[in-house]
Amino acid sequence: MLRLERRPSDSKLMMALSPVLAIVLTLAAGGTLFSVLGHAPGQALYTFFIAPLTDLYGWTELGVKVAPLMLCALGLNFCYRARVWNIGAEGQFIMGGLGGGWIALELMHLNDIWILPLVLLAGTVCGMAWAALAAWLKTHFHANEVLTTIMLNYIALNALLYAVHGPLMDPDGFNFPESALFTESVTMPLIHEDYRLSISLLLALLVLAVMWTLLTRTLLGFQISVLGEDEKAARFAGFRTRWLTWMALLVSGALAGLAGIAEVTGPLGQLSPHISPGYGYAAIIVVFLGRMHPLGILFASMLLGLTYMGGEMVQMDLTLPKSITGLFQGMLLFFLLACDVLIGYRILPASRQNPQTAN
Amino acid sequence: MDIDLLTNILFATIRTGTPLVLIALGELVCEKAGVLNLGQEGMVLMGAATGFIITVVTGSLWLGVGAAMLAGLFMSLLFGFLAISLVANQVATGLALTIFGIGLSAFLGTEYVGVGIEGISQLEIPLLSSLPVIGKVLFSHDPLVYLSWGIFAALYFCFRRTRLGLTIRAVGENPESANAIGMRVMLVRYGAVLFGGAMAGLAGGYLSLAYTPLWSEGMSAGRGWIALALVVFASWKVERVLLGAYLFGAASIMHLVLQGLGFSVSPNLLSMLPYIATIVVLMIISNDTIKAKLNTPLALGQPYRPQI
Repeated sequence: MLRLERRPSDSKLMMALSPVLAIVLTLAAGGTLFSVLGHAPGQALYTFFIAPLTDLYGWTELGVKVAPLMLCALGLNFCYRARVWNIGAEGQFIMGGLGGGWIALELMHLNDIWILPLVLLAGTVCGMAWAALAAWLKTHFHANEVLTTIMLNYIALNALLYAVHGPLMDPDGFNFPESALFTESVTMPLIHEDYRLSISLLLALLVLAVMWTLLTRTLLGFQISVLGEDEKAARFAGFRTRWLTWMALLVSGALAGLAGIAEVTGPLGQLSPHISPGYGYAAIIVVFLGRMHPLGILFASMLLGLTYMGGEMVQMDLTLPKSITGLFQGMLLFFLLACDVLIGYRILPASRQNPQTAN
Repeated sequence: MDIDLLTNILFATIRTGTPLVLIALGELVCEKAGVLNLGQEGMVLMGAATGFIITVVTGSLWLGVGAAMLAGLFMSLLFGFLAISLVANQVATGLALTIFGIGLSAFLGTEYVGVGIEGISQLEIPLLSSLPVIGKVLFSHDPLVYLSWGIFAALYFCFRRTRLGLTIRAVGENPESANAIGMRVMLVRYGAVLFGGAMAGLAGGYLSLAYTPLWSEGMSAGRGWIALALVVFASWKVERVLLGAYLFGAASIMHLVLQGLGFSVSPNLLSMLPYIATIVVLMIISNDTIKAKLNTPLALGQPYRPQI
C-alpha cells in the first residue's frame, strides 16, 4: 500500500508538471479507449489531436474555438482566484448571445459603423447582469454560488429556447427554431476572408493582456488573490470583501457575455438553440489546467479547443460519436485533479516511515 | 378543479418527485458523513444510460436497474478515490465527475437514442389501490417508487435510532474525534459516498426505465443539481427531503396543471420553474446564516487525512 505524506511546502515543480502528466495520462487512457473500440490507438490519437491541425485552415478553426474558451476562462479565473466558484459561464455566455443577438436583430437593418460595437456591448452587459444575479444572491442571501449559477445556466438555456421558438424566430424560416440571419452590419469582421476566424481572437488576446496586468500589477488583483487565499486576512486588512465578490462575478459575467455575443455575431451568424457546445463548462477545465495563470489559460484553451475539433474529426474519419469530446474533457480534469495531489503530498510506501519528516 | 384532475396531478407529482427523493437521500447520507459530492448529475446520467443499454441488450428491466446502480457505484468510487483517498478538492472533483459523466453517458448512449423499450410497469397494490383518490395517488406506482419509500423509512430509522446513524453523523461533524474514539472515518466516508452513488444510479435507472422509458443525452435535466439544493433546503433532515422532493416534483409538472386548467403558456418558460424555485428556496434557507450553520455538518467538504 501507499500513503500520502505532506510536503513541507507546495512543490512548484509539480504545479507545472501536473498538467503535463495529466495530458499524458489522458492520451494513454484515450488510446486504450480507441483500441477497445477496435481502432489502432496511435492512428486514432493522430486523427483526434494532430490531423485537425495539419493545414492553415485547421489552425484558424482552432482560433475560432480558442476565442470563446479563452474569454470565458479568463473571467472564471478571476472568480476562482477569489474562491468564488462561478460555474455559470455557460449561462452568462448564452445570455450574452441572446441579449446581444436580440439587439442585433432589432438594429441590423441600420447601416452604421457603431451598430456592431453597440451589439457587443449589449451582449457583454447581459452576461454581466446574469452574473450580477448570482453575486446578489451570494452577498445578500449567502446562497451557495455553485448551485445558483448552475440553476441560472438552465434558466438561460430555457430562455434561449423560448426566444428562438417564439419572439425571435425568423418569420420566413419555415418554423425552424432559428432567428433571421444577421446582416453585415452586425457581423464580426473576419481576419481573412477565406477563413471563419474573426477579430474575436484578437479581442480575447487583448483581454488576456489586460487581465494579466490586472492580476499582477493592480491593487484589485492583489485583493482578489488575498480574498481567495484567506478571507479572514482580507477582512482584517479592511478589504471590502462583498465588493470584491461582486467585481469577480461581474468581470467574469461580462467576459462570458462578450464571448457569447462574439460567437453569435461571428461564426454562427444567427441565434439557434445550440449557440454553445458547452464552452462555459469546458472553460472551467481550462482554468484549472492553465494553473489559474493567463498564459497557462492560453495554452489550455488551445488544448480544449482541439478536443472539439478532434471530436468532429473522429466522427468523420472513424465514425465515432462526437460526444467523445466531452469524454476527453472529463478525463483530462480527473487526471489533473489526481496529479495535483502531488503538489502538496509525496507518495511513499506505507511500510517505511521516516520519523524526521513526520510532523 | 375536478377530482380526477387533482388525482392525476398528485400522482404525477409523486412520479416526478421520486428521482429527486432517491438522489437527495443518497447525497444526504454522503453529506452527513462530511463529504460534498457535486457529481450527482454525472452519476444520474451514467445510471440512466447504463440501465437503458443493459435493458435493451438483455431485455431485462431488472438487470437494467441493477446495472444503473452499479454504474452509479462505479462513478462514486472514482470520486471517493480522488476526494477521500487522494484528499483532492471536493468541489472540483465533483464537477469533474459531472463533466465526465455527461461525456461518458452521451458517448455510451449514442447508438441508443431513439430506441424504444417497454418501461417498468405499474404495480397496483391489491385492495389499497382501489381506494378513491389515494388508491391512485399512493398505491398505483411502479415498484421503484415503493422502493424509494422503503429506503426513506430505513434512513429515517437509521438516523434516529441506530448506532450506524450516529457514527455517520460523528464522522461528518468531527472526523478527528470520531477517529480518536475508534471509528473508521475513511471506511464510513467511502460507504456513504458509495451509497450516494448507488442511489444516484438508481435514480438514473428510474428516469430511463420507468419515468420516460428512453435514453437521450443529458436527460436528467439538472435533477442532480436540484437534489443538492434539496438537501440544503431539508436542513439535512431525512423527512424534509421527502417533502421537498415532492414540492419540486409539483413545480416541475406545472405545465400539465396549467394545461389541464386551460391556460397556454410557452413550455420553455414553464420549464424554468423548478430552477427558479431552487434559487428562491436557496435564498430563503441561506438567508439565516446562523441557523444554516447550525444545521450543516461541521466537517462538510473538508478532506480528512489520518494522522500517522
